Amino acid sequence: MTTPDAAAFLRIEGVSKTFGHFQAVKDVNLTVGKGEIFSLLGGSGCGKTTLLRMLAGFEEPTSGRIFLDGRDMAGVPPWERPVHMMFQSYAIFPHMTVEANVGYGLKHEKSWTKAQRAARVAEMLDLVQLTQFAKRKPHQISGGQRQRVALARALARQPKLLLLDEPLAALDKKLREHTQFELMSIQERTGVTFIVVTHDQEEAMTLSDRVAVMDKGEVKQIGSPTEIYEFPASKFVAGFIGSVNSFDATVTGREKPHLRLKVPALGIEVTARDVPGVVEGQKVTLAVRPEKIRLSKDRPEGGNAVQGHVKDLAYFGKDSLYRIRLGDTLIQAHAVNARRGDEGSRVADWDDAVWLAFDPASAIVLVE
Amino acid sequence: MKRSPTFLITVLCFGFAFFYVPILSMIVYSFNNSRLATVWGGFSTKWYVSLLSNDAVINALVLSLKIALISATFATILGTMAGITLARFTKFRGRTLFSGLVVAPLIMPEVITGISMLIFFILMADWIGWPGQRGFTTITLAHITFSMVFVTTIINARMVQSDRAIEEAAMDLGSRPWQVMFDVTLPVISPAIVSGWLLAFTISLDDVVISAFTTGPGSTTLPLLIWSKVKLGVTPDINALATLMVLTVGVGVIAAGVILNRAEKRRLADERLAFRSND
Amino acid sequence: MSEGRFARWFDARGWPLLLIGAPYLWLVVLFLLPFLIVVGMSVATNTATAPPFSFGGEHPWINWDPFTRVVTDGLYLRAFLTSILNAFVAMIFCLLIGYPMALGLTRVSKSWRNILLMLVILPFWTSFLLRVYAWMGLMGKNSWFNGMLTDAWNFLVPLDWAVKSIPMMHTNFAVVLVMVYTYLPFMILPLYASLERLDPNLDEAAMDLGSRPYRVFLDVTLPQSVPGMVAGGMLVFIPAAGELVIPTLVGNASQPMIGKIIQDEFGQARDWPMASAVAVALLILMVVPTMIYSHYQAKAEGSK
Repeated sequence: MTTPDAAAFLRIEGVSKTFGHFQAVKDVNLTVGKGEIFSLLGGSGCGKTTLLRMLAGFEEPTSGRIFLDGRDMAGVPPWERPVHMMFQSYAIFPHMTVEANVGYGLKHEKSWTKAQRAARVAEMLDLVQLTQFAKRKPHQISGGQRQRVALARALARQPKLLLLDEPLAALDKKLREHTQFELMSIQERTGVTFIVVTHDQEEAMTLSDRVAVMDKGEVKQIGSPTEIYEFPASKFVAGFIGSVNSFDATVTGREKPHLRLKVPALGIEVTARDVPGVVEGQKVTLAVRPEKIRLSKDRPEGGNAVQGHVKDLAYFGKDSLYRIRLGDTLIQAHAVNARRGDEGSRVADWDDAVWLAFDPASAIVLVE
Repeated sequence: MKRSPTFLITVLCFGFAFFYVPILSMIVYSFNNSRLATVWGGFSTKWYVSLLSNDAVINALVLSLKIALISATFATILGTMAGITLARFTKFRGRTLFSGLVVAPLIMPEVITGISMLIFFILMADWIGWPGQRGFTTITLAHITFSMVFVTTIINARMVQSDRAIEEAAMDLGSRPWQVMFDVTLPVISPAIVSGWLLAFTISLDDVVISAFTTGPGSTTLPLLIWSKVKLGVTPDINALATLMVLTVGVGVIAAGVILNRAEKRRLADERLAFRSND
Repeated sequence: MSEGRFARWFDARGWPLLLIGAPYLWLVVLFLLPFLIVVGMSVATNTATAPPFSFGGEHPWINWDPFTRVVTDGLYLRAFLTSILNAFVAMIFCLLIGYPMALGLTRVSKSWRNILLMLVILPFWTSFLLRVYAWMGLMGKNSWFNGMLTDAWNFLVPLDWAVKSIPMMHTNFAVVLVMVYTYLPFMILPLYASLERLDPNLDEAAMDLGSRPYRVFLDVTLPQSVPGMVAGGMLVFIPAAGELVIPTLVGNASQPMIGKIIQDEFGQARDWPMASAVAVALLILMVVPTMIYSHYQAKAEGSK
C-alpha cells in the first residue's frame, strides 16, 4: 500500500462539470498516489462516471484542472492520454480476434517493432491467462474471459493510469470474488495506478487502498476503507457504507475523552468518543453499527445499555440479525453465532426482553 | 463525445438537396405559364384547370384507385396468411419451396415478372379461354401476386418478434387455433397489417412495368397514362399532376408520421406513469 | 356427431391447411407456373404461329439456339455489359453518397434524426415514375439546372470548349444519375441500420487506446458496417441491373440495357423464346449478387 505523497501522481483540482443546467460534478479535489488502487464509490448519478470520463478525456471539465504525473491534461484528446480504460460493457471489438483486440493499442505505435508488439501481446495474454484463446473471436469466449481481454487490452500500452468502470458488475457472484483478487494481484505485478468506479461498497472496500465516496456530484469523504467504515464523516457516508442505527441526539457535556449525549429515542444518556468542534447543547446524530451492539439477557456492566424486546430475528448461519423494539424505535443488532447449538442456545427469542449495550468507542457522533 | 463533424453535416445537406431539389423544381414549374415546360413564362394555374377537366386523367385515376384498393386488400389477406405460416409452422412439406416463393418476387426484375405473367395469361386464354380479355382483372391479379410478398415480409418480421406464449395462453384457456388467430394473433400484429396494406396499396398505385405487360385495350391506369405521356417528353400538365400526387402523398405520410409519433409518446408516458404508481 | 368430427378435423388439419394452402396455391399458380413457362419457353422454337412458339419441329425438342445467341451475339453481350456497368457505377455512387449520409444520421440529435429519416423514406412513397420524370425536367437542354451547369463548365474550360448546353439526356450518365437518385434510400436505410447498432463505447475504446478519429473510423466503424454496405449495395445493384423505366426515359436508345432488350424481343420482334432466354440469362446473372446478399444477411442475423 502506497500512501499519497506530496508530489501526487494524479491531482484533480476544483473540477466541475455541467451538462446544460445539470451539474454532474461539483468542485472535486483529490490526489492519487502512484501505484494506488483508488475507488470512486457512489450510487447512480453521483457523478463518478463523469469524473472517470474526464480523466479519460471523453469529457472536458467545465472548470478546474487535472494533472497527471505533473502534466496538465486540459485539451489533451483521449488518444494522446497515457490513460486507458476498461469499459463497463468491456467494448471488445467484435470483428477482431482476442489477440487483435489486445494488440490494438500498439497497432499504430510507430515506435514499436512488429516483434515487440507480438511479444507484448503474448505477455499480456499470459498475464490474464488467455494465451490459448488468442485466435478466438469475442463471441466465442465467456463473459469473464471478455473482461480479461478488456483488462489486457487496456494494460498493453503501459498506461500511467488505468480506469476501471464497474469492473465486476457484469460478472456473477462466484466469479466476482475470484476476479477481485486477480485484479489486485495484476495491479501489484504491473504497478499501474488503478482508478475504479463502482456502486458496490463491498467491491470498493476489498479492492481499494483508498475510497472517495461521492453523492450528487460531490466528494463526501476520502479515506482508507477502515477510516470510511469506522469513522464516517457524515450521515450519508455512514448510511451508504454498511448499515447503521442512527438517532437524533443533543450534546449535554464533555468528559475527556468522551462526550455525553442525550438520546430521546433510547431514553438514556450515552457516552461517545469525543469529536472536536462540538459544543454543549448542539444537535447531532448518534450512529451505531449493528455488529457493535452486544446483546445479553442480563443487564451488562457499564453504561450505554438499554433494554428492549425482540421483534424479528433472521438466522444467517454464521450470524443472526435481530430487530429490537424500544418504544417506537427499531434497532438492528448483529450477533455472531459463535457457539454451535439448537434454537434454545440463542441469546434471545421472539418477544424476549433483551439488553443492548455498546462501547463509547463504537458510538459515532455525526455533525452533518 | 458524439460530435457531429462538419463534413458529415455538409454531406447530409447536399444529400437532402439532391433528394428534394428535383421535386421542388417540378412543383415550381407546374405553375409555369409557358407551354415549354422548362422555360419560365410567368405564374399560372391553368395546367391544374386543364388537368382536372381532363376525363382521361380522371378515369385513369379512378381505375388505379380501384385496382389498388382491391389488390391491396387481397394481398394483405394472402400475405398475412403467408407471414403467419412462415413464422408459426416451422415444419411442413414444401416449406423450403414456399419460403423461396415468398422472396423470389422481391428480387425478380419487374420486366421478367411482367413478361411471365403476360405469357401466362395469353396461354391460359389460348388453352381454357380465360382470361378472355386482359385489363382490370389481369392487372389486379398481377398486383396481388407481387405485392403480397411485401406484406409477407412485414408480417413475418413482426411475428418473429411477438411473444408466442400469449397464443399458447389463449389455447390453454380453451380457444381453438382459428379462434386464437382472430382473438389474439391478428389484433397483436394489427399495426403491421395496416402498414402492409398501405405498402401494397402504394406499390399497386405506383406500378408501371407489370401493369404495362398485363393491361389490355381500354384499361389505362394513371401510371400507364403518365408513362405514355412522359415517353414523349416533359409537359407542363404532367408537372401539375406530379405536384398534386407528391403533395397528397407527402401530406398523408407526414400526417401518419405525426399521429404514430404522438401515439408512441403517449404510450411511453403511460408506461412511465404506470411504473411510478407501482413504486 | 359428424359435425363434431368435422370441427376436430378442421382444428387439427383443416385450418393449418387453409392457412398454408391459400397463399401457397396462389404463388404456385400465378408466380411459379408463369416463371416455369418462361424457363421452358427459353428452349422453344420461334414460329410464325399464334402463340409464336413451338417445341420440336425442325429442331429437336430442346432448342438451345436462343441461349447460344445470348452468349455469342454482340447485341446481347453489349446490353448485359451496359446493364452491369450502369448498375455497378450507380451502386458505387450510392455508397459514396449514402455512407456519409447514413453516418451523419447517426450523429445528429434524436429529434432531428427522426425527421431526417422520414425525409429519406418520403420519396419511397411518391411515384417512382414521377421521380424519374423530375430529372427529365432538370436535365433538358433549356432547364435552369442544365443552364447552371453549362455556365459553370464554360467558366472553367478554355473558350473553344464552350458549349450551348450540356448533353445530359439520353446518355448512360443520365441513367446512372437517375438510378442513384431513385435508389439512394435503399443504400442509406440498411447502412443506417447497421451503423446505428454499433456500440459507441467501441469508438471510445479505440480512441482511448490511442487512435485518432479517422483511424477509429477505419479500424472500428468501417469493418463493422460491411454487412450494411453489402446489403445496401445489392439492394441497389439487383433492381438497377434489370431496370426498364429509367433507361427508356433518359437512356441512350442505341445502348439499350437488358430490360429493354427483353421487352423488345417480346413485343416488337415477337420472339418469345429469345425474350425468355435473355430473361433466364439475366436471372442466372442475378444469382451471384443474391447469394452474396443472403450470405451477409445470415451473418448479420447470426451475430446479433
